[in-house]
Amino acid sequence: MNWITNIFRRRKLYDDLSEEMRLHIEERAVQLMGQGMSRKEAEQAARRAFGNRTLLEQRSREVWQWPTLESIWADVRFALRQIRRSPGFAIAAVVTMALAIGANSVVFSVMNGLILRPLHVPHAESLYAIERASDKDTSQSYPDYQDLRLRNHSFEDLAAYSIPQVGLDTGKGPIATWGVEATGNYFDALGIQPFMGRFFHNSDEHGPNSAPYIVLSYAYWHSQFLDDKSVLGRTVQVNKHPFTVLGVAPPDFRGTLVFYSPNFFVPLVDKEEVEGATDLTDRGSRGLLQVIGHLKPGVTPAQATADLNSIGSWLEKAYPKEERQMNFALGRPRLLGDQFSGPFRAFFAALMGLAALILLAACANLGSLFAARAADRSRELALRLALGSSRNRILRGLLTEAMLISLVGGSAGLAASEALLRWLSMWQPFGNFPLHTSVNPDSTVIGVAFLLTLLSGCLFGSVPVGQVLRMSPYEIVKAGSTAKVGRRLSARDVLLVMQISICAVLVTSSLVAVRGMVRALHSNSGFNPQHSILVSADLHMAGYTSGDQVPIMQRKILDAVEAIPGVESAGLTDPLLLNDTNPSNVFTDDTEDLRASHAAATPYLFRISPAYLQAEGTALLAGRTFTRHDDQNSPRVAVVNREFAREVFGSATVALGRKFKMPDGTRVEVVGIAEDGKYNTLTEDPHPALFLPILQWPSNSAWMVVRSSRDPQQLGADIRRALHQVDAGLPVEVEKRNDEMVTSLFGPKMATIALGVLGAMGAMLSITGIFGMAAYSVSKRLRELGIRMALGAQRREVLQAALGRPLKLLAFGSAAGLILGLLATRVLAFIVYQATPRDPLVLAGVVLAMLLLGLLATWIPAQRALSVNPLILLREE
Amino acid sequence: MSETASRDLFPGALEMMILESLRRQPAHGYALVQHIQQRSNNLLQVEEGSLYPALQRLLKAKLVKAEWGVSATNRRVRTYQITASGVRHLEQQISSFERMFEGIALVLDPAKSPAS
Repeated sequence: MNWITNIFRRRKLYDDLSEEMRLHIEERAVQLMGQGMSRKEAEQAARRAFGNRTLLEQRSREVWQWPTLESIWADVRFALRQIRRSPGFAIAAVVTMALAIGANSVVFSVMNGLILRPLHVPHAESLYAIERASDKDTSQSYPDYQDLRLRNHSFEDLAAYSIPQVGLDTGKGPIATWGVEATGNYFDALGIQPFMGRFFHNSDEHGPNSAPYIVLSYAYWHSQFLDDKSVLGRTVQVNKHPFTVLGVAPPDFRGTLVFYSPNFFVPLVDKEEVEGATDLTDRGSRGLLQVIGHLKPGVTPAQATADLNSIGSWLEKAYPKEERQMNFALGRPRLLGDQFSGPFRAFFAALMGLAALILLAACANLGSLFAARAADRSRELALRLALGSSRNRILRGLLTEAMLISLVGGSAGLAASEALLRWLSMWQPFGNFPLHTSVNPDSTVIGVAFLLTLLSGCLFGSVPVGQVLRMSPYEIVKAGSTAKVGRRLSARDVLLVMQISICAVLVTSSLVAVRGMVRALHSNSGFNPQHSILVSADLHMAGYTSGDQVPIMQRKILDAVEAIPGVESAGLTDPLLLNDTNPSNVFTDDTEDLRASHAAATPYLFRISPAYLQAEGTALLAGRTFTRHDDQNSPRVAVVNREFAREVFGSATVALGRKFKMPDGTRVEVVGIAEDGKYNTLTEDPHPALFLPILQWPSNSAWMVVRSSRDPQQLGADIRRALHQVDAGLPVEVEKRNDEMVTSLFGPKMATIALGVLGAMGAMLSITGIFGMAAYSVSKRLRELGIRMALGAQRREVLQAALGRPLKLLAFGSAAGLILGLLATRVLAFIVYQATPRDPLVLAGVVLAMLLLGLLATWIPAQRALSVNPLILLREE
Repeated sequence: MSETASRDLFPGALEMMILESLRRQPAHGYALVQHIQQRSNNLLQVEEGSLYPALQRLLKAKLVKAEWGVSATNRRVRTYQITASGVRHLEQQISSFERMFEGIALVLDPAKSPAS
């Protein structure tokens, strides 16, 4: 291209041009002098006749340029020079921007990974999970699943699965491993092709335990078998049952939950071998995690729901004992349907809103910085205007500066967020539970971050526009830039108040969250996690399934652990509270028709060994706990909590000795009343709980709770050794109770951390904002302050003059923010435990925090104002 | 002070006049201005400097070429010369300008002389 060579020849061209113009004017002047003018007059006349030389020269040069691009490039270079001249300003601005963009891209990226990005299955848009309309739960029973699958006309096919943990032995001893057990049509219904080997199909299933096949996930194959292709056809032990490796799933297929990466897939018909017990024939047991399927083309979700509901009402009629409220809804499978994705979405919307507020606060901050800068440079700008620069050009320069800062800050923020997100993606907070969420930023995230960056650049870059447009070069050049600090409310003030109130919102909500968290950790949960150790010794993983073996083994295990020195008590429970719940209907003793709709209560059911309540630290309010004699041969007994007693018998005092009925008609006598506790989440309201002796209601998948004040590390080793002696094939996991609590506190904790970080960022932004404002107003009025001091003003008066305004704005903004923050807390209430804004500590905390921020931010400007030496100042002017 | 004449000229007019002047004889910028002003009986008061962007455009399009030298009055000058493609371009411009002028004159009623 011609213009490329032009760029290199350009210096010569430009030099020629200016030389030529100079000679032209000179020649004219000489000629005019020949007509009798004086030299001075002639030169002036010649210049007038020539016109605006600078402008004409520029226009001539532009002929050789690629004008738009080059003038932008020139603007960029000019902006860079300007920025280099004030590095403090540049660093503050870039860091502000980086924080804001970083926060936004982290939040957006996590939201993108969890909510927005489609699942790695073909046609993810038509994939739905069936949930009950009543409780938004996606779990169904296997018989219900079969009926739904055969009777519906809306789905291509319906598959079902649940997520068991098994003792998987690939030749290195049994390791507790999480996977998926799925119906035979699982892969076919989802449309997934194997990476290697083959998948299992419906045709592989011929009744219970008939399909001992296992498909490995790519990640598991990669890490455990080191990409060994000869793994196909090999036999591995699942709970001591031989399973043949059929194939490997493709790398990007991680099931249909975004937060769970299964290690393997096994057929659901093997449930008895995989989980130790089977409920596949029990219509009342909702043991399947999800039923999923693609809608047929042209079928709307509403039509499908109507179709399912007609099956539901048929089921209610056909099985009145087991079924009630069989109304269905469709949800997205990725976050276990609407039950979780609803609160999730709301929480992320709130978080995104807060992040947007951070960005807005940053923009306000930068906007006032830029406005102050433009005011500082008003003399230079006025001079440029006076010399014939167009206002457009000046604005373009200022905007370029803003864009540059915004882009540099945005890229820095994106890079930092990427590092943080990589770490988040690798993070395994729950032991060996394969919690996996790919939240790495993809092109969407980068695009959004870039867009936000440009947008905010425009936003804060355009703050000084009005200022420049109103600028009168004549006035400024004449009067100097120290003109006056406006008494009326300026745009800068409004921006600052806005920013401070946004920050106060963030500080308020994070304080509320932290308070709620602290309260959650100290609330009475009905058990004492201190000095308690959790042992997972699932007997089914060691192949103990049949009725008689299990109690004997459990007794052996308990005896072995109780014999360890320092163990105060040890008890078994199934399920473990805060880990899993097993709701079951109960009926009053005089109920004859035991259909589900007649239930007196739906308590969480726990099957426990005699010493469990003691080991867990749950207080017994009345009666007794179980003994080893409460076995199959003695009358059925139960311990219930206070809420159970209240719901079924009216009050705790009358419950002792009374009887109630289980769904199968068994009459059970209440022998003890326990205190209420937290069973499902730490944030739940009191819920009925029912404890039954594990000897009367056997279970082979119990957790052991061990109470001991010994060092958990040593004790863990002892327990492992003791259990190894009982059965070497038992996969044993020992955790401190508090680690296990992490799981149940995970949600609130994450929320608290997120809000805490955002709050801290908000606080930082308001510090820089107030600092900028205060420093600016002090430096503007140094001379005035000097005169005041010279006239005998006291320190207090000087401070009041210098900082009164910023502090007033701070108070105003904080008050507004506090009110808004308290309103916003309502949104938090459903995720953070007992998030209540009516908490004097929170209110005091916010006020104190904002005061501290103000003090911190105005400290340096105040020092500067006080150190004014009137003599030096007045001499300078 | 003259009104900015270049604003009143239609686009390309200044270039056309420059090329026409250079066809008669090579000249430097100052001489070109003098020539155009004299030939137009000072009716066209061109702001002297506005010549230069036009000259740069012509240079870039290779319609003229420039060389540093010494003038008859012994001044260092940059003399412009029309190129072959410059001549071709000028002829095209003139003929299209004449057609346009004719059209305008007809519309404006030939009875009234446009040159008053």
